[in-house]
Amino acid sequence: MDQSVFIFQILLPVLMEGMVVTIKLIALTAPLGLVLGILVAVGRTYGSKPISLLCNGAVAFIKGTPLLLMLFILYFGLPSVGITLSAFVASLVGFIMCNGAYSSEYIRGAISSVKEGQIIAAQALGMTKMQAVRHIILPQALIRAIPGLSNEFIYLIKYSSLAYMLTVIELTGAGKMVAAKYFEFTEVFMIIGMGYLLLVTITTIAVMLIERKVAIPGMTQSGRNMLDIL
Amino acid sequence: MENNGTILRVENIHKSFGDLEVLKGVTFDVTKGETICFIGPSGTGKSTLLRCINLLTQPDQGSVWLGGEEVTNSGKKINHFRQRIGMVFQNFFLFDHLTAIRNVEIALIKVRGMNPKDAREKALEELRQVGMEEWAEHYPAELSGGQAQRVSIARALAMDPDVILFDEPTSALDPELTREVLEVMKKLALAGMTMLVVTHEMGFACSVANRIMFMEHGEIKEQGSPEELMSDTKFERCKNFIGQFDQTNGD
Repeated sequence: MDQSVFIFQILLPVLMEGMVVTIKLIALTAPLGLVLGILVAVGRTYGSKPISLLCNGAVAFIKGTPLLLMLFILYFGLPSVGITLSAFVASLVGFIMCNGAYSSEYIRGAISSVKEGQIIAAQALGMTKMQAVRHIILPQALIRAIPGLSNEFIYLIKYSSLAYMLTVIELTGAGKMVAAKYFEFTEVFMIIGMGYLLLVTITTIAVMLIERKVAIPGMTQSGRNMLDIL
Repeated sequence: MENNGTILRVENIHKSFGDLEVLKGVTFDVTKGETICFIGPSGTGKSTLLRCINLLTQPDQGSVWLGGEEVTNSGKKINHFRQRIGMVFQNFFLFDHLTAIRNVEIALIKVRGMNPKDAREKALEELRQVGMEEWAEHYPAELSGGQAQRVSIARALAMDPDVILFDEPTSALDPELTREVLEVMKKLALAGMTMLVVTHEMGFACSVANRIMFMEHGEIKEQGSPEELMSDTKFERCKNFIGQFDQTNGD
């Protein structure tokens, strides 16, 4: 069979379908993971002792176990206690937990980098602690957390391929099936790799644009990133 | 207890940090419209005293009353009192991520629940009062220290406080910037704002204050009007502290 026929008529249509699933996984995980990360970071930093302990414990657990194992528990383990999740939902839950746990670390670090005077000034104006966190601390922390969070987003793009282990036919899974059927491993996996590379590149550029957009004089180191240098 | 216009009453405030007793029972009344300057050596509890008034620091003992209501032991209502007690800090503490005008309006919107349009108008008006309306859209990092401090005064003013606490407002500024901030404060004092000012600016204290409190070792050692402090022989310690101060320096 002609190579170009194989690539364009057989491989790419299948990969496109897989890509759609991959993008769905990422697009659903990223915002929910970010929200979870913010909540957990705030809980760890400002929560009461039990809340702080709970958040810290959960993060330690998620960081301390392989993501694949978590996915297996969610998909294969939970039915035994009466919770059955579809492969897609189980992957999603696992990814959100993982993304949230790591994001909370970046956000927590950024929160502690906000100068104490900021919260004192907010409280002196009559803000409650939570108002101060929401309107003063978090906006500053999130701007500072962008580089870390974007890193986590890039990890997510790549570990989304683990969903294949739960039978979700995403980019890697789709390619694997074609590769096995036509015995064309090298080409297929290289093209898949380029697919991920494309996603990561788009992300990197998007993050640079966001960083430039939210740059605030005095808050972000000179506000310079690759875009300004190029 | 609300006779003859007492707006703020501070009663027997004690505060210790570990073994160090910073405030050893401080008591005073503030009349509406009065400007009181607190002077004295560093580390004698002046700033801590101010922070005990709006409970940014919790006093160990004693009480604070604002217009007849107790501020201490007010539980969640403390945020209501803090809106009525403005505070200006030595290092400004402007919100770094907000422009000057957003700094002034944010508490109006988020705490007072004012609608954004009215808040903006009021914030602009306050910035105008301190001569900063042209800098409304600039971020704190783009302002000089004196400008930043004027914005932080506008931020405090915007809440229409009953009293404003100034915690060494010019200690981080050079003489020129100090002057521009003191001029704004003087204007406020003359306009009848009630102000408690911790300062080392004797010229300002003598020309603007109605009363000067000399603090040392956690107590108010001597107090009186600037004239009394300068002339009366009983204010020995205070005069020693000020040294060769010449009253004509006051502008």
